Amino acid sequence: MVITAAVDRADDARPWIERAAPTHPSLIDEGHRLGELYNMVNVPTVVWIDEQGSIARPNDVAFTTEKGGRYAAVSTAEQMALLRSWVRGELPPKPANVLHGQVAPMSADSQIARAHFGLGLWLHQSARLDAAEQQFRIGGELAPDDFMIRRGTMRYRGSDPFGSEFREMVTEWLALGHTYYLPLPVE
Amino acid sequence: MASFVLLDVGRPTEVEATVDHGGVWITAGGVDAALGWELKPEGLCRDDTCISVAGHPGFSRDGAIHLQALADLLGRPLARSVEEGVAYLGPPLDLYDQTVGVLQAPNFTLPDADGHLHSLSEHRGSKVLLAVWASW
Repeated sequence: MVITAAVDRADDARPWIERAAPTHPSLIDEGHRLGELYNMVNVPTVVWIDEQGSIARPNDVAFTTEKGGRYAAVSTAEQMALLRSWVRGELPPKPANVLHGQVAPMSADSQIARAHFGLGLWLHQSARLDAAEQQFRIGGELAPDDFMIRRGTMRYRGSDPFGSEFREMVTEWLALGHTYYLPLPVE
Repeated sequence: MASFVLLDVGRPTEVEATVDHGGVWITAGGVDAALGWELKPEGLCRDDTCISVAGHPGFSRDGAIHLQALADLLGRPLARSVEEGVAYLGPPLDLYDQTVGVLQAPNFTLPDADGHLHSLSEHRGSKVLLAVWASW
């Protein structure tokens, strides 16, 4: 079972969904519910959930193409092979302590940042654009690693998420010694 | 009294509030309407649970509850804009540790592009690949 969710406005996601014409549930998460629940900070990211509702692999960057994978220094082919063997039941279950070690801790600040995003989204939808932008900025400052907030709100702020603000943001982030994507190891 | 909007993980409720230099005070009735927590003599109560407010002297006054004290008592992240008359309360801060932290996938309900709602829990019994993407 595949479930996809777009961290987007429905109108921004719709052309992609219509082109892909998926048969699986293809959801819209404009309010960052999944960020709040799963501690997601960037896309694309995937979570493996087993038949009992347990997390078999915590959220982790994954692309559908090798070109995309190179941005995150992951091999899409290796990830797909791993996923296929998990689906077929051929992958030995990972010890709980290994999985626990792969769950990123969630800070109070990151959730307060998401609250500022939620406040900004409501203000934006109420056409109070300056007040919304201020909340998005506070959120991004509180959680500078949350690119769902920092990049994901660029269109609300009249900025291009593929333009100069994005490139400068990534350049500055990398210069601080961080990585833009944080892949889990493929064992 | 002024009108104020409380966003409970995004869900808006209009409530009555007063604002002073000490913060935002929401009427107890407004807190009940927005969050389902009722102020009673034994504390702040919802269903069978009551949280004592005895150790929080600044929690309520004249039938109104201090918003930041409320967020602290419930362990929920708070963002507010006094100028805009709106505040957002996120999910409880310990929810993540109690779900993802013990490798249980928290349930969610989200719309598809046509507005139909879907929940993760509908797919219990199947392996699920949750793939999160964006057009940006």
